[in-house]
Amino acid sequence: MTDLVWLIPALPLAGFLVLVLLGRRLGEPGAGWLATAMCGGSFLATLVVYAGLLGEDEHDRSVVKTLFEWIPVGDLQVDIGFLADPLSITMALFVTGVGTLIHLYSIGYMHGDRDFPKFFVYLNLFIFSMLMLVLGSNMLVTFIGWEGVGACSYLLISFWFTNEANASAGKKAFVTNRIGDWGFLLAIFLAFSSLGTIDYAGVTAGAEGLPAVTATAIGLLLFVGAVGKSAQIPLYLWLPDAMAGPTPVSALIHAATMVTGGVFLMTRVNPILAAGYDWAPDVIAWVGVITALVAATIAVAQNDIKKVLAYSTVSQLGYMFLAVGVGAYVAAIFHMVTHAFFKALLFLGSGSVIHGMHDEQDMRRMGGLRKLMPVTAATFIVGWLAISGVPPFSGFFSKDEILLYAWGSGGVQGKLLWGIGLLTALLTAFYMSRQVFMVFFGEPRWNDPVPVAVGGGGSDAPADDLGEAATDADAVEVADHGEHGDRIEPHESPWLMTLPLVVLAVLAATAEIINLPFSGDLHFLGHWLEPVLGENEAHIDVATGTKVALAVVAIIAAVTGILVASLIYLRRRVKAVEPRVLAHAWYYDETVTRFVGGPGTKAFEAVAWFDAHVIDGAVNGVATLVRTSGRGLRTVQSGFVRSYALGISAGVVVVLGYFLTRLYI
Amino acid sequence: MIAALEVTPAWYLILGALLFSIGAFGLLVRRNPLVMFMCVELMLNAVTLTFVTFSRTLQDTGGQSIVVFVLVVAAAEVVVGLAIIVALLRKRPHATADDIALLEG
Repeated sequence: MTDLVWLIPALPLAGFLVLVLLGRRLGEPGAGWLATAMCGGSFLATLVVYAGLLGEDEHDRSVVKTLFEWIPVGDLQVDIGFLADPLSITMALFVTGVGTLIHLYSIGYMHGDRDFPKFFVYLNLFIFSMLMLVLGSNMLVTFIGWEGVGACSYLLISFWFTNEANASAGKKAFVTNRIGDWGFLLAIFLAFSSLGTIDYAGVTAGAEGLPAVTATAIGLLLFVGAVGKSAQIPLYLWLPDAMAGPTPVSALIHAATMVTGGVFLMTRVNPILAAGYDWAPDVIAWVGVITALVAATIAVAQNDIKKVLAYSTVSQLGYMFLAVGVGAYVAAIFHMVTHAFFKALLFLGSGSVIHGMHDEQDMRRMGGLRKLMPVTAATFIVGWLAISGVPPFSGFFSKDEILLYAWGSGGVQGKLLWGIGLLTALLTAFYMSRQVFMVFFGEPRWNDPVPVAVGGGGSDAPADDLGEAATDADAVEVADHGEHGDRIEPHESPWLMTLPLVVLAVLAATAEIINLPFSGDLHFLGHWLEPVLGENEAHIDVATGTKVALAVVAIIAAVTGILVASLIYLRRRVKAVEPRVLAHAWYYDETVTRFVGGPGTKAFEAVAWFDAHVIDGAVNGVATLVRTSGRGLRTVQSGFVRSYALGISAGVVVVLGYFLTRLYI
Repeated sequence: MIAALEVTPAWYLILGALLFSIGAFGLLVRRNPLVMFMCVELMLNAVTLTFVTFSRTLQDTGGQSIVVFVLVVAAAEVVVGLAIIVALLRKRPHATADDIALLEG
């Protein structure tokens, strides 16, 4: 059954090709249903392969299916092939599963859009690329998928490209990702030059024999790629801007699947990380935990409903890198799966709110929506409890496992990582509660006069989600927003949109059953991933009492966050403190913009000058030299046969003279 | 007297050198393509004569076998060269070698 692995990416590819050719003719909603069917078929194929792998013996659960030889050059042998093993199939399962739900949701969300078929063309292409990324049997196939999802991300962020803010947000995402891709490419080159292969099988087998320096270099260069794709410090700033895309895109690409590509990659090459210096994983852990904290502080002061979730995503991805850094790969994948469920749920819920509010994204203009949008509100609340870490929802278990491994990694560093992670958990509970209270509870505010912008962090968002009416969620324009005159009447979304919400809510509430901590037998995900991770998964030695205490502390943190938020935003006992610096995301974006716009541009111009004059000059100089000398020499070639004969005769005389003088003198 | 004038190999070599020089000189000074071609033939034959002489002096048949090769190549060269010259002179009856300097760089 594992032979069917090629079918997993083939179906979305077929959907993409059909939609490219016939999309316009299929129109709405035919194109959407076709794309959804292809994605769903891919999910079924993944299930079949999964069942096939389950049937194998535990140590044979790694099947490589080579489709064809792609680049055979000397020692470099690159095939287009797929690697079906527990890790890739886990990824493929939730990518296609969540992807299908979001396809379904998009049929409702994109209703009435001018480019309805085009949206599904991109969506299917994205699913195909993502599956190439996770299923590729060597680094280069993964890289194709890596670039493919980047391109789709660009296309979908700037889907409503008539608004310039959306177009430049797409560009920003693409350019920022290129920095990461540079690291990935160098890592591939280095892996090939030191190991002679870029197949994961060969890399895994050869990693142990690598010198620690090389292994560290490969690992950290791959981490640079992962930092770009998974939006970690310092390259995270593209992700909040990526919210310019349609909300299903934010849910699929910028929350559930693509941005977890970096975490997947680090897990895939775990033998390389294990073969490197000990400090390399520490770097990953620290980058992760600091990103988690910084992004969480920013999310506290955002007013755009999607920006809160965007920074939240950055923060949660930081948790996953923390897990990778302390060797808790299972926890990283576990959190990736639960995060895919609850963050997709939250994004789709926010999309439903935006849809119901007629493209309003400012949370200060929402409130009391739970009565008008009961399904959206109920599912959103499940997502909120899951991400806040309230038991028994899935987020609690996955986050707690990461914190436990951080604590167990030992030493002062372990305690510090745990402490920062816990603080982040508290902030997470706080900002998510703030969002829920502002949107679904309290007094309705959508017909109030426009609130004076306090922070401004959210109000400069490229909001306009359906590409109609206002071009900006600019405070002034919000005043006369909405198609039905001045009054906005929020309404519940159609079943096409609420059905995926309900499914995801069930998953977000129950996904913890794949890896319950209570007994070793319940660690299904851990046992399932064991063949991939082997000895590289960290083994911690923490007493059961400590484990329980840590979990209790985590629960207390979550509850504290929720209570504080309810005091401020629900009961209005305490005045909200939302510092400007947080609303402006620590001015990081502005600083980068100023730097790149000023000294950065000058530096780039200098590099361009160097390129045009020195590099090109050297290349053109060689050509000019050859041309001038050729022009000089061609006068010799006169075409007169007798002058050639004279030349030959003279040459003979010279040669003869030389030999005769050598003979007799 | 006559016995003193014994024909030694040196005579043949001198004859070969003379023939070669005449051919080379003719090639350089004449402009008629046909005459130039004959001069080339003369040079070739001078060389074959030298080969035969040395072959006999040194009792080595290698020189003679090379002569056979040279004859074959010369025959082929005559076929091609004469064909070109005849075609050329048919088109331009009084053409000299300098008139056909078309292949200049």
